[in-house]
Amino acid sequence: MDLIGIQIIQVLSGIATLALMGAGLAVIFGMMRVINFAHGEFMMLGGYVVIVCTEQFGINLWIAMLIIAPIFVGLVGLVFERILIRFLYGRMIDTLIATWGLSLFLIGVVTWIFGNVTRGVQTPLGAYSFGDYSEKVYTLVMIAFTVVIYLAIFIVLRRTKLGLIARGTMQNPNQASCLGVSPPRVYMVTFAVGAALTGLAGAILAPLNTVIPTIGVSYVAQAFITVITGGAAAFTGTVLASGVFGTVRQVISFEWTPILGQVFLLITAVILLRIFPTGITGRFFRRST
Amino acid sequence: MLSVTDLRAAYGRIPILHGINFTVKDGEFIGILGHNGMGKTTLLKTLIGLLRATGGRVEFNGADITREASFRRNRMGIGYVPQGREIFSNLSVLDNLRFGFAMHKTDEAAMIEETLAEFPRLRPLLDRAGGVLSGGEQQILALARALCGKPKLLLLDEPTEGIQPSIVEEIIEILKRLRDQRGLTIVLVEQNLEFIAALSQRVLIIQRGQITGEVTPAQLDNPELIAEFVGMGAA
Repeated sequence: MDLIGIQIIQVLSGIATLALMGAGLAVIFGMMRVINFAHGEFMMLGGYVVIVCTEQFGINLWIAMLIIAPIFVGLVGLVFERILIRFLYGRMIDTLIATWGLSLFLIGVVTWIFGNVTRGVQTPLGAYSFGDYSEKVYTLVMIAFTVVIYLAIFIVLRRTKLGLIARGTMQNPNQASCLGVSPPRVYMVTFAVGAALTGLAGAILAPLNTVIPTIGVSYVAQAFITVITGGAAAFTGTVLASGVFGTVRQVISFEWTPILGQVFLLITAVILLRIFPTGITGRFFRRST
Repeated sequence: MLSVTDLRAAYGRIPILHGINFTVKDGEFIGILGHNGMGKTTLLKTLIGLLRATGGRVEFNGADITREASFRRNRMGIGYVPQGREIFSNLSVLDNLRFGFAMHKTDEAAMIEETLAEFPRLRPLLDRAGGVLSGGEQQILALARALCGKPKLLLLDEPTEGIQPSIVEEIIEILKRLRDQRGLTIVLVEQNLEFIAALSQRVLIIQRGQITGEVTPAQLDNPELIAEFVGMGAA
């Protein structure tokens, strides 16, 4: 019973981790069709913001994680959208190359400032016992944060004027413009929001992982696999794909090894994309967000 | 209300409009008639700002809007119903309407009720995705959505294209109401002679990117005149 309980928590943790990694990319790639290869580095920046705020300035961890990190990374995203990305909308290969360059640039800058050394954020809240097993309390907090973030995303997209404008503009910017909406401004804000969500994800995951300048490499592939397998309805798709991949990876990792868990995640992605070439929401939940 | 002077536009290096001149008075309903490829749609796209003018001048209510972006032209009071409707296919009918006044200060509930009173056909369709509507329903939705922004001038691009006759009749009635009761200024681009004759106060003929003549709606019954101007017989 204890074993099943702890396995369920770990599966939920695996799902939440993938969903968090994919949230910002669901905005930037899923909605805007911008292949952002710097996605992992935006997450890495979120982690470093938490480290700098807590270690250098003594700022409360939760404030650094939930407020400062998303604002900082959102502003970084906004700056690069203005000076780089906005000239490349609709040119997927060009955005891929440009954001790859941006990713190398960010790794270089962070390595220059902090050095190529492993840093970490102490996991808050301690641990709890679950029968013969123990688990970090923060794991449950991370799961709760993920649920809240996705609920907020769904509410903003489905229930607010801002979400309506973003959904319509991403679908048909010319027609949106003929109805009084400024597409460049909507794209700028949407990219910044996607970057902020990515920074928030990196900050929330920082206490569970080590942080190094190249940590983004380990995030970006999983995030892309999750969002692409999710399909056209970016957020519903990301949640569904996270559910499948998180379950497969955690169960296999628990039974065998984490390496095999990653291998089975990739195999599952290949099978799903073979069955659903346009992603899970290309077949199901087509009208969802 | 609208003054177009020597307007020129091109797709890349291919010029399409070669110096268009016309004016539209407040409350006027004018039709622009021409064959495919003569520049009708290009003219409307240039008037709304989707295509940048390469020369000439467009004035709206005395303001030079030649270089303004389309969203600014819409906010100034120009509505546009494009060829092919361009409905947001993934948004519901209600959300398509809400998008129409998203950037215009208005009471949302009152605006929706007013729109549904004007377009009762949309009431049972509110929760359906725009993309699953028939062509005629999409056309009515596109018209309703454009009117949600309370435009002073409405640009209509071939609203009868691919639409069943019963809905064409419905659109004629709606446009007559807008013309006679609201006094809305409308520029209609069409190939359907009966449609354009039923609504327009005067009809401009466009040929190879230039306005080459002007006829009255009554003259559209004269097949020889129409053949002379646009090379098409009256339907």
